[in-house]
Amino acid sequence: MSKPHEVIIGLEIHVQLATRSKLFCGCSTQFGAEPNTQTCPVCIGMPGTLPVMNRRAYELAVRTAAALDCEIAEFTKWDRKNYYYPDLPKAYQISQYDLPFSENGGLLVHDPKQQIEPRFIRLIRVHLEEDAGKSMHDEAAGRDDSRIDLNRAGTPLMEVVTQPDIRTPLEARLFLTELKLVLTYLGVSDCNMQEGSLRVDANINLHVDEGGETVATPIVEVKNLNSFRAVERALEYEAVRQLDVYEETGQRIGDVPKQTRGWDDAAGVSRAMRHKEESSDYRYFPDPDLVPVRITAEQIAAARAAVGERPAELRARLEREFGLGGYDSDVIVNGGRELVDYFLELAERAGDGKLASNWLQQDVMRALNDRAITIGEYPVSAAALAELLAKVKGGELDRNRGRDVLADMEAHGRGVEAAMASLGIESVDDDALVALCRELIAANPAIVADVQAGKAKAAGALIGQARQKNPNVNPGEVRRICLELIEAM
Amino acid sequence: MSLTREEVEKVSLLARLRLSEAELDQMTRQLGTIVEYVELIAEVDTTGVEPMAHVADVANVFRDDEVRPSLPRDEALRGAPNHDDECYRVPAVMGD
Ligand SMILES: [Zn+2]
Repeated sequence: MSKPHEVIIGLEIHVQLATRSKLFCGCSTQFGAEPNTQTCPVCIGMPGTLPVMNRRAYELAVRTAAALDCEIAEFTKWDRKNYYYPDLPKAYQISQYDLPFSENGGLLVHDPKQQIEPRFIRLIRVHLEEDAGKSMHDEAAGRDDSRIDLNRAGTPLMEVVTQPDIRTPLEARLFLTELKLVLTYLGVSDCNMQEGSLRVDANINLHVDEGGETVATPIVEVKNLNSFRAVERALEYEAVRQLDVYEETGQRIGDVPKQTRGWDDAAGVSRAMRHKEESSDYRYFPDPDLVPVRITAEQIAAARAAVGERPAELRARLEREFGLGGYDSDVIVNGGRELVDYFLELAERAGDGKLASNWLQQDVMRALNDRAITIGEYPVSAAALAELLAKVKGGELDRNRGRDVLADMEAHGRGVEAAMASLGIESVDDDALVALCRELIAANPAIVADVQAGKAKAAGALIGQARQKNPNVNPGEVRRICLELIEAM
Repeated sequence: MSLTREEVEKVSLLARLRLSEAELDQMTRQLGTIVEYVELIAEVDTTGVEPMAHVADVANVFRDDEVRPSLPRDEALRGAPNHDDECYRVPAVMGD
């Protein structure tokens, strides 16, 4: 039986900002270029060069800080973080030390599956810095050296640091999912983990309850986390491993230096990483090449006003105004702002949020997925789909016929009326419908007997037969008329 | 002496400088003199003086987010002690 304990998790997230050029020079930030084709004297650290800050990077950073409810500093400056590494050509990284552009703030973590209660995770700070290059160990060539590509050196990064407020690996994953969604809505980053636009390091330790006394175990930093799922798995593994180590050694925080471990997702284990010597002695000092940045209270207020509805607010609106459940609002909001706008128009025109949500998720989103297109490329406008929904709602079309009509609208880019005409769908007039129902009742005495005996469900067989005789009949109408006729017998 | 020999050893390690015993002695002396000189500032009464982040009283020097041509790769790599026409080659980087 293991000791009662709490898991304490803090995250550091590096986000590449969606600028065209680097933070302090005009080199392109485009991913995937040939190695060392996007560098210049500034970003490869040639003497005598002068970095000049990218205005857009600062604006995107402020937009993010505003959306995360951070305090935005009216004065911020740049510092040099000194260390030697082959992928750091200047032997220092331009970063922010004691006066970051924003502090505090946070994000409410919600769980669409409601396995955990929503919790507010506080941030310590968000600061700006430049990225380093990329080193690749060249084992294939059998050479004992590494190759360095400096294309990424100088790319603008935003570092988001949370308080150690996260209590479970699941909560860590949900925090990251929500953060990514917010950043995507803001358009400040593409958040592509495969391309390194979003990178996560996690700090974790345990608070063990020793008969009333809380004992903190040594903090471990976990690196090499290549997906949000990997973050969750690595933290689940670490929590168990740390408890084992604690129960074996009794080591507390401060007994051993902070350890860095790399996560091996394929093997499902973390391994100790070799220590960079004196890695904590960065000898920060203000960068004399760069002047500080000042922003007025009015500009900060304007940035806050420009944030717009965040995902959490949109989910709440979809639930409040259109009666959607938490699962549905989550799916739609996760689809991005354009999809939300499509839904809003559809729901308003159709006058039925739940019907709009059903068709959006079961038909439109499936089509987007099958065709690998965005909602902007989807051939049926919200207005056209709303007309179709009106016919479904009015009983003129049932779900299946409606689907056929939508498929025709998608394939040929035509409106509801034209699509129905091309499918030969015409409404069956009431007399014809009543005549058909009388005919069916006469031909099916056994079913009629069942219905009379109270089995209203038996009428379903009559509907099936009606549709075979005339595919244009409305099943709901057939059912209603048949039951009326039987009752009157 | 305002600097110890151990501090100079540590700084030289961080700066990747291999100093001989004689050089360490010399550096400790010379750097110590410089640090002592800078410490003169501590004698000034700075009560009520705002800390400054930069000697120039300038802020907000920005450039627009526009891509400008980068260096041709051969030119970028030319000064490196070792390269393979695509990448810089350096002694093996372990870890990460
Ligand atoms: Zn450059």
